[in-house]
Amino acid sequence: MRVTFVASEVGSGLRRNLTMTLAVIITVAVSLGLFGASLLVRAQVSTMKDFWYDKVEVSIFLCGKGSDTPSCSGGPVTDAQRDQIKADLESLKPIVESIYYESKAEAYQRFKEQFKNSPIVDNVSEAALPESFRVKLSDPTKYDVVASAFAGRPGIEQVNDQRQILDKFFRLLGGLQLVALLIAIAMLIVTVLLIVNTMRVAAFSRRRETSIMRLVGASNFFIQLPFLLEAAFAAGAGALLAIGSLMLTKAVIIDGVLAPSFQFTSFVGWDAVYTIAPIMFVTGVLLAGLAAFFTLRKYLRV
Amino acid sequence: MILFDRVTKQYASQQRPALDELSVEIEKGEFVFLVGPSGSGKSTFLRLILREELPSRGSVWVAGKDLGKLSNWKIPTLRRQIGTVFQDFRLLPNKTVAENVAFALEVIGKPKSLIRKVVPEVLEVVGLEGKEQRRPDELSGGEQQRVAIARAFVNRPMLLIADEPTGNLDPATSVGIMKLLDRINRLGTTVVMSTHDSAIVDQMRRRVIELEGGQLVRDQSRGVYGYAR
Repeated sequence: MRVTFVASEVGSGLRRNLTMTLAVIITVAVSLGLFGASLLVRAQVSTMKDFWYDKVEVSIFLCGKGSDTPSCSGGPVTDAQRDQIKADLESLKPIVESIYYESKAEAYQRFKEQFKNSPIVDNVSEAALPESFRVKLSDPTKYDVVASAFAGRPGIEQVNDQRQILDKFFRLLGGLQLVALLIAIAMLIVTVLLIVNTMRVAAFSRRRETSIMRLVGASNFFIQLPFLLEAAFAAGAGALLAIGSLMLTKAVIIDGVLAPSFQFTSFVGWDAVYTIAPIMFVTGVLLAGLAAFFTLRKYLRV
Repeated sequence: MILFDRVTKQYASQQRPALDELSVEIEKGEFVFLVGPSGSGKSTFLRLILREELPSRGSVWVAGKDLGKLSNWKIPTLRRQIGTVFQDFRLLPNKTVAENVAFALEVIGKPKSLIRKVVPEVLEVVGLEGKEQRRPDELSGGEQQRVAIARAFVNRPMLLIADEPTGNLDPATSVGIMKLLDRINRLGTTVVMSTHDSAIVDQMRRRVIELEGGQLVRDQSRGVYGYAR
């Protein structure tokens, strides 16, 4: 195997077919960029899930003076009811990880803290806020167990799962990811078709060389190798561009803009980018290589 | 060297077979002219030897191998033992004479040191010393064909296939090419040459195989181009 010979063939092939090479590089970059972006959104969702599910609680609001749900028809919660609820919660361990009782006073403190810059604080009195049990579950998806056991019980106004609010948000992100993924797949198909066509043109423009190679007994592998390497090289260049823009997105948009503006949540770390980058590269090069391989099998027969 | 055993070649797009139950044997070291009108099956005959086509029926043996049973990946090995020359030379216009010849060795993975040694040798054999750095378009037709022959011969094949090698050349130049092919034949390479050039065939007095309609109509050991044509 003559490495320098193959390398010079690849180089001249790329130069001869410069416009097509550029087209392949750009489509690979765009499709892999979208592909990487969709993977990044997925990583973001999973980061946020880890972050938030760790913090979400099931809130069991107890009946207060003004509560008008049927379960509160007996008036505000009694001490006996409260003790019973607490005991029942304790019995649900280990599903229930920890239980925290929040009194009206504490609820008011938290409310004031949360809305300290808003005039709404002045209109709300301590008595208007319900006391509650804040229940942390060992597995946030087991919410149903708690809900079915406590919802509608006398003395309990409402059982609230914070996860449900988050899930709406995650579904939105999941939808975005799906859209990005679908566009990425469409673009990858376009890329494959373009590579197939590029290989056809390349095989045609070099039919003189390849026919001579065939005649003097060059192996199929040797005849196809420069073409395969060209496709892989163009795809690799496109993949590097896509990876570069993904890293730029992480550095400028996520770390530079989103993270400082939304400090209450966490964002994907560089580890996610480093996991996604090789996936993008391998996907691009492999896809191009396979597309080229099957095209060449058809156009460069022995 | 070459054995055609009741070979029929039927192309899908044609009604009449290109070769019809053809049986012929060519011994090692022979010089054979393949003659016959256009469409008589000469090209198919040569393509079958090169395993560019497979026979529809019968078998073709080259260098002791039944080509019908030769697996795809062994075809290059077969072709390395066969040199090929065409009417239209088939040189690479952007490579020099030396590079064109070297190309045949490069693509079968021969080391650079060997290429540097044998390319000047073979260019001397074909009479192109001093023109190594010329490009094909700077050469005459005869010289271009010599480059093509050098490329076919540089790997010292046991068989040389020449498909109307003098078809594009004037008679004087053709004589030079024939002398070269004769010399290569004397070096031990079997030569099979298809041609329409009656003067050459009559002059050389070698074995003549004549095809017509895909059938063997004449096989003469010291033949001429044709009867009273």
